[in-house]
Amino acid sequence: MTMTIDAKGVYYKELNHNLRNHLDKGVKEILVQNVNGQRYIGDGVTGSQRLILEGTPGNDMAAFMDGLEIVVKGNGQDGTGNTMNQGRIIVHGHTGDTTGYAMRGGEIFIRDYVGYRVGIHMKEYKEKIPAIVIGGTAGDFLGEYMAGGIVVVLGIGLKEREDIVGDYCGTGMHGGIMYIRGQIPEYNLGKEVKIVEMTDEDKALVRGYVERYVTYFGGNVKSILSKPFNKLIPYNKRPYGNLYTSW
Amino acid sequence: MPISMQLPDYLVDRDPNRCITCKVCVNQCANDVHHWDKDVDSVIAEEEKCVNCHRCVIYCPTHALKIRRNPTEYKENHYWNSSTIRGIDRQAEGGGVLLTGMGTDKPIPIYWDRLFLNASQVTNPSIDPLREPMEIRTYLGSKPDNVIIKDGKLIKELPPQLVLDAPIMFGALSFGAISLSAVKSLAKAATDCGVMWNTGEGGLHRDVYEYGKNCIVQVASGRFGVDAEYLNAGSAIEIKIGQGAKPGIGGHLPGEKVGEEVSKTRMIPVGSDAISPAPHHDIYSIEDLRQLIYALKEATRYTKPVSVKVSAVHNVAAIASGIVRAGADIVAIDGVRGGTGAAPLRTRDSVGIPAELALAAVDSRLRQEGIRNQASLVIAGGIRNSSDIVKAIALGADACYIGTAALITMGCRMCQTCYTGKCNWGICTQDPKLVKRLNPEIGAQRLTNLIHAWSHEIKELLGGMGINALESLRGNRLMLRGVGLSETEYRILGILPAGE
Ligand code: SF4
Ligand code: SF4
Repeated sequence: MTMTIDAKGVYYKELNHNLRNHLDKGVKEILVQNVNGQRYIGDGVTGSQRLILEGTPGNDMAAFMDGLEIVVKGNGQDGTGNTMNQGRIIVHGHTGDTTGYAMRGGEIFIRDYVGYRVGIHMKEYKEKIPAIVIGGTAGDFLGEYMAGGIVVVLGIGLKEREDIVGDYCGTGMHGGIMYIRGQIPEYNLGKEVKIVEMTDEDKALVRGYVERYVTYFGGNVKSILSKPFNKLIPYNKRPYGNLYTSW
Repeated sequence: MPISMQLPDYLVDRDPNRCITCKVCVNQCANDVHHWDKDVDSVIAEEEKCVNCHRCVIYCPTHALKIRRNPTEYKENHYWNSSTIRGIDRQAEGGGVLLTGMGTDKPIPIYWDRLFLNASQVTNPSIDPLREPMEIRTYLGSKPDNVIIKDGKLIKELPPQLVLDAPIMFGALSFGAISLSAVKSLAKAATDCGVMWNTGEGGLHRDVYEYGKNCIVQVASGRFGVDAEYLNAGSAIEIKIGQGAKPGIGGHLPGEKVGEEVSKTRMIPVGSDAISPAPHHDIYSIEDLRQLIYALKEATRYTKPVSVKVSAVHNVAAIASGIVRAGADIVAIDGVRGGTGAAPLRTRDSVGIPAELALAAVDSRLRQEGIRNQASLVIAGGIRNSSDIVKAIALGADACYIGTAALITMGCRMCQTCYTGKCNWGICTQDPKLVKRLNPEIGAQRLTNLIHAWSHEIKELLGGMGINALESLRGNRLMLRGVGLSETEYRILGILPAGE
């Protein structure tokens, strides 16, 4: 049974309080209508329930979230999935800056483009590997300081002469992998990353994400995969290892 | 040119009449200074490597060892002195940013020592804390503008508060920078003393979750170890914007220090550098800070006070005002003398301002703006003893963080080489052999002794002033007089010269 809540004109504090109350009581799925800029939806919430948000949730949606699935029928804002630990976010639109900042686990699928510094400082530990899949393009500093995790950029609908990622892509990166579909202009890359061959394992991984993307948002797996992907990894785990002299 | 222009900083004097070649020093020194030479059947020293940490000196059973500063001096020159030359030599040879540990050792004016406390004489009685109740319990958190009491009950709900049995907390020292033994010592002592310890930015190791009630969990730009469970495990959350030892820059925990346990706690692969970006990239303004404060409050259901820690910098008063207006319950200010596991030397020694001036400026500003009640003020950065604390409280602090003093309590000898990961005292290291040297039970006991001793001294000083509750001293600058300060300094500190 899906429960429906109307968020029209409701202040974020009250809305989030209500949502948490219902989730605490064991409601499995909540449809929130008329979401209009309310911040912090799903912050720090633990569980395996599902939220469907119609409209535009505000900043820091799903920050520190631990397990939920949130489907946004609209655009996300800045800080979507900030320091998220587990769960899934599916955005039928675009999201803003610092999407997936310091993500530790779980997945974010974004149908369209994302803002600056997306995936900054993502981490991973053993089999807990977070992932961000971006359908369109990404702004500057994608994957900055990345210490783990996976970022996939599909660049669907890329216009002529449009860059798939912004400047300083992967700058300071020291862990994790980025898969970027098609050519990445050299001038977009941070100095800590390099492009390497895709292995069969990489290809299988990317296929899996593309299939999921298509399940959520439509499209054609074959045509997406027809353009080869580039794999970006950091030169080393210790980009600043030689920076210092002992006093 | 010779390979190196550098002389050893220290000389190791071994008294041959006392040395029994037991080789304790050889085993104790993680810097590999002492070697047993079997050909000559004696212990020799590679003095270039000595950092003067005193481990061998204290463990030598016959007191055969002395470490001396190398007496060789350059031609006298106040400007191009030995430390200036040494810096250039090191960089000429190493080519890197000079890295050091602990707080600055430069002769920055120590305002604490220029401030003097009052005492009661004739006109009002002093109080003897041994026989009369003395209240030093401290509540940190936002206080409401007014209270509403009905039928003897508080009607208006208070925002969440931290309760401290003494106005002292252990400042942020992250697991990774310090060892698990050191973390356990601090956590246990804080719990036993009814005060708080602070995780720093390295997350909360599984073994210390049980000390969560007395813990402030930190959220820094690298967001290491931060998840919902962590945020809820402590009694308060601190957003770390800056630290006194290195204002304006982030941190690099070197990969060598990221072993299995640190990796698990920080959630980064073994051997990776743990890099904290200089800013939080979701905070570029006071409005953004407010966003993170409220994201944390939402994530913990408004049950915990949120602190924001900044380094004391030039505009600290205006910044603190912004932090309070952004909704922080506690503002923590770390002065230029604040310690660190690793910091670039030039930043450590020349960025930021002394805690005393910052504290007075912030307290005055928040009062002028009528928002002082909205947040508690915690001061850090070189608090050495109980009288520093009492003076800080008279200048306007609600409580103090101690870091370096706590490390010394656990055995640190201030050798300032924490960044090497070879701390011979088992504090600033992840080497299992060295970590074992600090027994958390003993560490905790020593810290507990310190807090109890200081608590008693604080009561004595209060009693002397005829004050029986710390609350009556907060911001009570009439209890302070200064000596040898400039007019501007008196104005900023808001105190009178001695004699006036
Ligand atoms: S580094 Fe410490 S233990 Fe080693 S010789 Fe010097 S004082 Fe002794
Ligand atoms: S913590 Fe250890 S390495 Fe750091 S100054 Fe103290 S004794 Fe030296």
